[in-house]
Amino acid sequence: MTAPPETTSAAPAKASSRGRRLATAALRHPAVVPIGAVVLALLIGAVIILAAGLDPITAYTAVIQNSLDPGQLDYTFSVWAFICGMALAAAIPLRMGEFNLGGNGQLVLGGLTATVIASSLPLPSIVLIPLAVIGAAIVAGAFGAISAPLATRFGIPIIISTLLLSPVAVAVVSYLVRFPLGEAGSAVAQTTRLPEGARMWALGDLSYSNAGLIIIVLLMVVFWVVDSRTAVGFELRVVGANRRFGAYGGVRVGRLALGAMAAAGAAAGVVGAVIVMSSPFRLIDGALISPGYTFAGLAAALLAGGRPALIPVTAILFTILQVGGAGMERSADVPRQLSDVLQGVVIVVLALRTVLDQRRTERSSA
Amino acid sequence: MHVFELGFVAAVLLAATPILYAALAGAISAQVGVFNIALEGQMLWGAFAAVAGSYYTGSAWGGVLTALVSTALFSVVLAVGAARWHADPIIIAIGTNLLAIGLTGFLLRVLFDTSGSFSPRGLEGLPKMAFLADVPVIGPIFAGQTALVPLAFVLIVAVGLWLKRSAGGLRLRGVGEHPDAAAALGVSVASYQTWVTIAGGALCGIAGAQLALGNVTVFTENMTAGRGWIAVAAVMLVAGRPLWLPVACLGFGAAEALGFRLQGIGAPQQLTDAAPYAITLLVLVATRIRFAKRASLTTT
Repeated sequence: MTAPPETTSAAPAKASSRGRRLATAALRHPAVVPIGAVVLALLIGAVIILAAGLDPITAYTAVIQNSLDPGQLDYTFSVWAFICGMALAAAIPLRMGEFNLGGNGQLVLGGLTATVIASSLPLPSIVLIPLAVIGAAIVAGAFGAISAPLATRFGIPIIISTLLLSPVAVAVVSYLVRFPLGEAGSAVAQTTRLPEGARMWALGDLSYSNAGLIIIVLLMVVFWVVDSRTAVGFELRVVGANRRFGAYGGVRVGRLALGAMAAAGAAAGVVGAVIVMSSPFRLIDGALISPGYTFAGLAAALLAGGRPALIPVTAILFTILQVGGAGMERSADVPRQLSDVLQGVVIVVLALRTVLDQRRTERSSA
Repeated sequence: MHVFELGFVAAVLLAATPILYAALAGAISAQVGVFNIALEGQMLWGAFAAVAGSYYTGSAWGGVLTALVSTALFSVVLAVGAARWHADPIIIAIGTNLLAIGLTGFLLRVLFDTSGSFSPRGLEGLPKMAFLADVPVIGPIFAGQTALVPLAFVLIVAVGLWLKRSAGGLRLRGVGEHPDAAAALGVSVASYQTWVTIAGGALCGIAGAQLALGNVTVFTENMTAGRGWIAVAAVMLVAGRPLWLPVACLGFGAAEALGFRLQGIGAPQQLTDAAPYAITLLVLVATRIRFAKRASLTTT
């Protein structure tokens, strides 16, 4: 594995070392790892498609065409915003080295809270809509925050507690939608349609993109500002880099975890609220979870390394995969599950990037 | 009355067995210091491979073998990535769990041209131990079960004792407890971690096979439904000590079996589905309360 020691004469060695230094510098560029991971994942995906006896080029072309088709952009933009919102829910704890895998539970609790507020309070839209969104953020945020004391007081890792809490919330919401809150006489488990005054403001005559998506974009801006310009953001990153050092430096890690998990849950809750207040304006059992925004968001957050400025970009990739997957199935006959496969492969490849570091250290120590 | 009680014991064992295999995988990984949360995806892959293997070979044991071998191969990514390349096992596991969901759904469409679930006519399930039917007590409990059910307990006791009493087990535990000391004694830490994680993959394959060919005879998309996560919680609960796993897993099995019973008398399915997770979390909290004073913020 180790490279043979260099025994060439001085001049060429110098030139080659400069070349190598340039190559190393280029390889260290922060964009190399995410782009490399995506390219490699697409190649692996192509091999899988070929192995299935199908045509990868037709498949990938269909993915792009379908998701970026002008008539489809309205829908694609809404999916992008939802994935961005769920990426926030994953990225905020990720910044301090914690994994929030309970996005689904936080999402449905947000949707439930918004539905209950929006359908039961007789208030004007200008009050009701913000109230529903804020209520969803508070309930889902509180639910997300439960995991922080479980970790700091009882030593149950956040990744485990979020995963165990999430199906409980999903089941409870599913029960409520089916029975106490369900629309009477409907074959589908769903609530009644929200009143006109409780529907998210439309943007012009677009049918999917509405004011809720602006709210999610604003949340991303807030995360970016907090992360890069405030003491809390700095503390998050310090703890993420080295927890003991952070604690030694006076960061109250327990409090920080509480805040991060509350913010993460709130972000997911807002996504849930926006979804139920968009067409078809009701909470349908399973409709918040089945599109897979949570794990697409998690994948986008991981690919961005939790960096707020990169999330909108990485979210585009997973949006294209998600939206284009259906088109790929129609026109290239490649099952849409390939989108999930690619999501998984991107994350695995990303995790395995450490092999590069290893090679580097082996070479430098040789 | 008596038969009803023993029937319940049988239901508990049936629900607990896949979790037992997966938890044993998690426990041995924990012993060598690999935080293995890939159990869910590996079990799902194992379930798919078992059904596909049984379908193609025409033999349920062919299915078990397919699951065992292919899930071990599936776990090589985690094993080599975490042990040799020092990648984060959590991120690899998140990736492979998603990959398992996607790949099983994809292959279901490509190989069998179906989606949702796959249960072709003549799909061979694992044989039940019907020959025990006339034995008192054991009969009602085990006659309807596959041989993989008692094997899980035998395996756990064997592995637990091997870890505790043998030189190999001591080395294995040393790798997890103090890798530097183990390395100084000439034990290859990376090799132990790699092979133990792959062995864990094989166990998850058996877990999936029992789930898809023992508990039922069908593959359904995402049929593991969080059992792998309950196994992870069980590993935490027993702090990685395999001999305690039956206690933890039978508890979860009881929660699931009780849920089915309650559904039978009209309790809503959504709420009984949530019970195993809620109970798992409550038990974790309850057992951790005594550690609460010692737990410092820096060690979580």
